[in-house]
Amino acid sequence: MDILQSGTGELIQPFDLDEFREWNRTQKSRKLIDKRMSEQEAVSRFVYDGCYIGTELYGTVRAPMSLAREVVRQGKKDLRVCGQGVLELDLWLAAGLVKKLDITYIGLEVYGTSSALRRAVESGQVEKCVEWSNGAITWRMKAAAMGVPFLPTRSMLGTDTLCYSAAKVVEDPFTGIKVALLPALVLDVALIHVHRADKYGNCQIEGISGFAAEMARACKRLIISTEEIVPTEEIRRYPDRTIIPYFLVDAVVHAPYGSYPGEMAYIYGRDEPAIKEWVDMSRTGEDAKEYLDKYVYSVKDHGEYLKLIGEERLQRCVELREKRD
Amino acid sequence: MSDQTYSKNELMICVAARLFEDGATCFIGTGIPMLAAMLAAKTTAPNLVPVFEFGGTGAIMEELPRAVGEARTWHKGISALGICDTMETAQRGFIDYGFLGGAQIDPYGNLNSITIGEHDHPRARLPGSGGGNDVGSHCWQTVAIMQHDARRFVPKTDCVTTPGYLTGPGAREAAGLPRNTGPAYVVSTLALMDFDPESRRMRLKATHPGVSVEEVLAATGFELLIPEQVEITAPPSAEELRLLREEIDPERLYI
Repeated sequence: MDILQSGTGELIQPFDLDEFREWNRTQKSRKLIDKRMSEQEAVSRFVYDGCYIGTELYGTVRAPMSLAREVVRQGKKDLRVCGQGVLELDLWLAAGLVKKLDITYIGLEVYGTSSALRRAVESGQVEKCVEWSNGAITWRMKAAAMGVPFLPTRSMLGTDTLCYSAAKVVEDPFTGIKVALLPALVLDVALIHVHRADKYGNCQIEGISGFAAEMARACKRLIISTEEIVPTEEIRRYPDRTIIPYFLVDAVVHAPYGSYPGEMAYIYGRDEPAIKEWVDMSRTGEDAKEYLDKYVYSVKDHGEYLKLIGEERLQRCVELREKRD
Repeated sequence: MSDQTYSKNELMICVAARLFEDGATCFIGTGIPMLAAMLAAKTTAPNLVPVFEFGGTGAIMEELPRAVGEARTWHKGISALGICDTMETAQRGFIDYGFLGGAQIDPYGNLNSITIGEHDHPRARLPGSGGGNDVGSHCWQTVAIMQHDARRFVPKTDCVTTPGYLTGPGAREAAGLPRNTGPAYVVSTLALMDFDPESRRMRLKATHPGVSVEEVLAATGFELLIPEQVEITAPPSAEELRLLREEIDPERLYI
């Protein structure tokens, strides 16, 4: 197959599928092990300087915010990150933890562009931005989840998104059409927040599933934070709802309100003023640091963070939840 | 000038909303496209099937979503799945329209949301492609909704994030993009534009009330095609304005 075009972007996370298979054979236990641990332990054991890390879902929706704050607290640095993100990746960018980005979208959605991203990239602190579309980054994970080296797509063709990516364009040997080949993405570490999990890591999600299924199957280490820890019988009662089976999971962290100030389908809604606070404070590096001091560095864990936020605010978010009526 | 009893954004949203075809499947980007979709669903397109990239299909949009993944994007929907489902549905030809925004647009409808200035040393780092590239690649037709000024309507965008007609007739097909796809309309704060079927260049279709053709040209950084007949868009109706102000954006985030 001739390569018709190569993106000039770096493949910032090279992969070896047989090594990934070996990893899954030797490093991922099939035993039912109690994987409950604190966020401090999970992040210090599995997230390391220079690792390639990703978060799911997206900014203010079922985002692993408590884990993202712990990564900042522990100052894990030189991170290589795949990103569609809002608040979670903003915190890492503002804290200066990110070295390279496989970027799809980092912004504040309704509130516009991300000041933290702008500062980090325009100053050169983030050394590389490799571009992808949202579809493409997910299909890269899907390729890894399938255990194949790439997936073809008709996204990105003809654009600079492709030029600044690490995709390659070839002629499809079956039909002759041009397709962009997306290299598999095997993450070192993934962080996913779910509605309920048992102590072994069997996970269930409500509302949209984003790319939880793909990311959970495309990473070497998976830290789950969960609103609720339930008995395994509860999982087995609704096995059709299990999106992540336990053997994919390395750590289970109990984190009620783990997506706050973002939302969690049917449990709590967004805290809009709290999100706006970051939008405002992130405009300058100084204010962003003050925010991090207040909400991350000066609280020792998620429990203390929730105390700082206060029961009243959290309760207001509960009232704003999506309801089944 | 006629009496401006509505804002430029309100008018732009109303004009965009009227382009939604009733019963069509529509990929909705974040921001203004969400308001236009909501207005369409409440007026001329009650059977609209909104699709939001992270998994929501067929939502009843009772309140304005602030994020493409939040509960309002699948509220009372027909399905709440994941991003692979929505993107793959578009890739195999099920999505009729995509509604998009961007920081820059060129005469062929290419959009930029990556960087202003050189990619590796940008003057301004923008959010990135997001789902825009996928939407512009796979939906049958796309509609871009933009503020209109010469910094945004440029001869050549600093990056092409989302494909329009690329470099002109046949370029999408030559690049491998699905055939018979591409931009249909651009709705701006000044006018409604379409694309000349021969040259694939942007063409003025209608000016907004009180806006002259000269004003549109002055705010466009490239040669905009002008047809013999330039229409005038209808101003927002009292009902459209009421819906926008009272039901869709009561907090005035956009209007």
